[in-house]
Amino acid sequence: MTSPLRPALATVGLFTILLGLAAPLAMTGLAAAAFPERAKGSPVMRDGQLAGSALLGQDFHADRYFHPRPSATTEADPAVSGGTRPAPYNAAASAASQLGPTSATLLEAVRQRAAGLGGRAVPADAATASGSGLDPDISPANAARQLRRVAEARGLPEARVAALLAAETRGRELGIFGEPRVNVLRLNIALDATGPGR
Amino acid sequence: MTLNGWAQIALVLALVVAAALPLGRYIAAISAGRVTFLAPIERLILGVGGIDPARGMGWRAYTLAMLAANATGFVLLYALLRLQGVLPFNPQGFAGLSPWLAFNTAVSFVTNTNWQAYSGESAMSYLSQMAGLGVQNFLSASTGIALALAVSRAFASGGLRDLGNFWADFTRITLYLLLPLAIALGIAFVAMGIPQTLAPYAEATTLEGGRQVIPLGPAAFQVAIKHLGTNGGGFFGANSAHPFEGPSALATALQIWAQAVIPFALALAFGHIVGDRRQGRALMLVMLGYVLLGTGLIYAAEAAGNPLHIAAGLDPAMGNMEGKEVRFGLALTALFTATTTGASCGAVNAMIDSFTPLGGLVPMFLIQLGEVLPGGVGSGLYGMLVFALLAVFVAGLMVGRTPEYLGKKVQAREVKLAMLAVLVLPATILGFAAVSLVLPAAIASIQEAGPHGLSEMLYAYTSAAGNNGSAFGGLTADTPWLNTTLGIAMLLGRFAYVVPVMAIAGAVAAKPKLAASSGTFPTHGPLFAGLLAGVILILGGLQFMPALALGPLAEHFVLLAGKTF
Repeated sequence: MTSPLRPALATVGLFTILLGLAAPLAMTGLAAAAFPERAKGSPVMRDGQLAGSALLGQDFHADRYFHPRPSATTEADPAVSGGTRPAPYNAAASAASQLGPTSATLLEAVRQRAAGLGGRAVPADAATASGSGLDPDISPANAARQLRRVAEARGLPEARVAALLAAETRGRELGIFGEPRVNVLRLNIALDATGPGR
Repeated sequence: MTLNGWAQIALVLALVVAAALPLGRYIAAISAGRVTFLAPIERLILGVGGIDPARGMGWRAYTLAMLAANATGFVLLYALLRLQGVLPFNPQGFAGLSPWLAFNTAVSFVTNTNWQAYSGESAMSYLSQMAGLGVQNFLSASTGIALALAVSRAFASGGLRDLGNFWADFTRITLYLLLPLAIALGIAFVAMGIPQTLAPYAEATTLEGGRQVIPLGPAAFQVAIKHLGTNGGGFFGANSAHPFEGPSALATALQIWAQAVIPFALALAFGHIVGDRRQGRALMLVMLGYVLLGTGLIYAAEAAGNPLHIAAGLDPAMGNMEGKEVRFGLALTALFTATTTGASCGAVNAMIDSFTPLGGLVPMFLIQLGEVLPGGVGSGLYGMLVFALLAVFVAGLMVGRTPEYLGKKVQAREVKLAMLAVLVLPATILGFAAVSLVLPAAIASIQEAGPHGLSEMLYAYTSAAGNNGSAFGGLTADTPWLNTTLGIAMLLGRFAYVVPVMAIAGAVAAKPKLAASSGTFPTHGPLFAGLLAGVILILGGLQFMPALALGPLAEHFVLLAGKTF
């Protein structure tokens, strides 16, 4: 039996160069040439400034904007060594609540969010945190419940906001995959472009 | 559950089977050395290594070569992770990993587990991702497939003295199977929105004037091999639930396809290698049946939702959405979860820790059944063959005949080794979980009180020993105790399993191949498929029942009673 050391070093070493450097670097070049926007994270520009990514959700509080789902992302808390504090839609640290189905903490959070949204037949996505903490979408039912608030805050006719919402609602991909959804950032940018906010 | 949801599931699985048919034949051609379109690169690698591809190896030499390749990969990856702070392609300036975390991560990626006690976007340099983790995504997959080809050859004909050449198998599978598929899939993923860039993280000013750091990196290519090689280690912390790693329902459907297609194709490749395609099809149908069953159970449990949340005012129409993404929908989330745990991938497009108790039980049980449904690339097939041997042994006991599988007599030595292999998983999982549930240092890692806390710990060792890598993420895994013991569980689940399997292959290879007679139990029909499915359930699953009763099952009844912790 010959020593397996030389073949091991040769295969692992050469494959590290081929699969770990040559292939991903070539793929990076190809991606920049063929899909320049997507390769660098689908940036959304506003007034010449980076305003976010079309794929990543961001936090909205103002009444004149549609609100995204709750987010469980956190950031380092400077007050506590090694501690964290809530920081919704912190894209530098994707995270879910990881709370289980019998968690009292989760039940209390869901209860409070549901109460804040009318307390009855609340769309599930409006009261639960996503897996990434960066979900860019909400369900059409969730968006529909926010319509009146947004229209009132902007002094726009409800029908006008509803038309925008309908235009920004996307159906299943290829007519079959996934579920209908509304990208909150795109919808809010479209709203801002429509008329003056208050 | 909706009709459209089931249509999504049926369509993706149909595409998996449709692609597995030609791919199985192609893998058999690679195994026979008939694929040569990258011959200059192949010759270069074999030449530098001083490898004669025509020189066959017995089971011991083959296993030793495999261990040498994996040990080399481990040392290289460990060094890279420790030193990433002073190496290039590190625009965020991440420091090297702690020894505990570097050990855990290196073992994790070499054993095709891809358990992650770190979060990619806040810990890994681009070099560590590409040249460290990405490379092991390829090589751990080639390792598994090479072993599966060696085991398959043992059944092909009688009186074999060797199982093939490990280095040739390892090199050819990487070059001709994984690399072309990863390039094609990587391009598709960039087109769908997964980033592939070396630029540093970007900083955006949000519409409301806040600041958002946008993580980037060479992700698309790595995500491609992460699914094809059933590795599952996310480029970003949230894995395929992250909008940059799973940008759309179409992308998640393609990832499901990618993580299932090679394991299914390998079952069919087995049929080609042993010269009887029906044998491969029977194995694949058993795998497919379990995947469908698991998907249906998860889908039903999650669509029913959490009764406490519904009572708190949620509309039950969308089911349980905690930890899930709107764009995927429940059907693709259920199918993704069943294939990622059945196939030993471990990628997730939703957080299993927040599933309903029964929705979380199914993925855990699919891993515990031995990672053969369809199992990891390669490991699924050789695991399935162990169960096939045990199935014919059980059938032989019923009628009092010496059992045979594909004309090879199954005797005491093979059955003992098969049982030894099958016992590795329950001994590792239940042993470590039991110790960790009484050790204060380990209990401190548990997030949830009540039965769910037990589930978190049980799932961690299940995932590690099954070389899966998915998690009940509430568990704080980056501690010396968990990093070390989970690392050991991964090593046992991979190597303590494969050595007896290779010993079986060596013994089987040498046996003469008997012609089928009227007394031979046919191993391609529905009777055998049913028996195999039953043996997997009983020999693979029964020993986990008490633990599952204390964890997810207990939690289910507690939830129905309206209690929280």
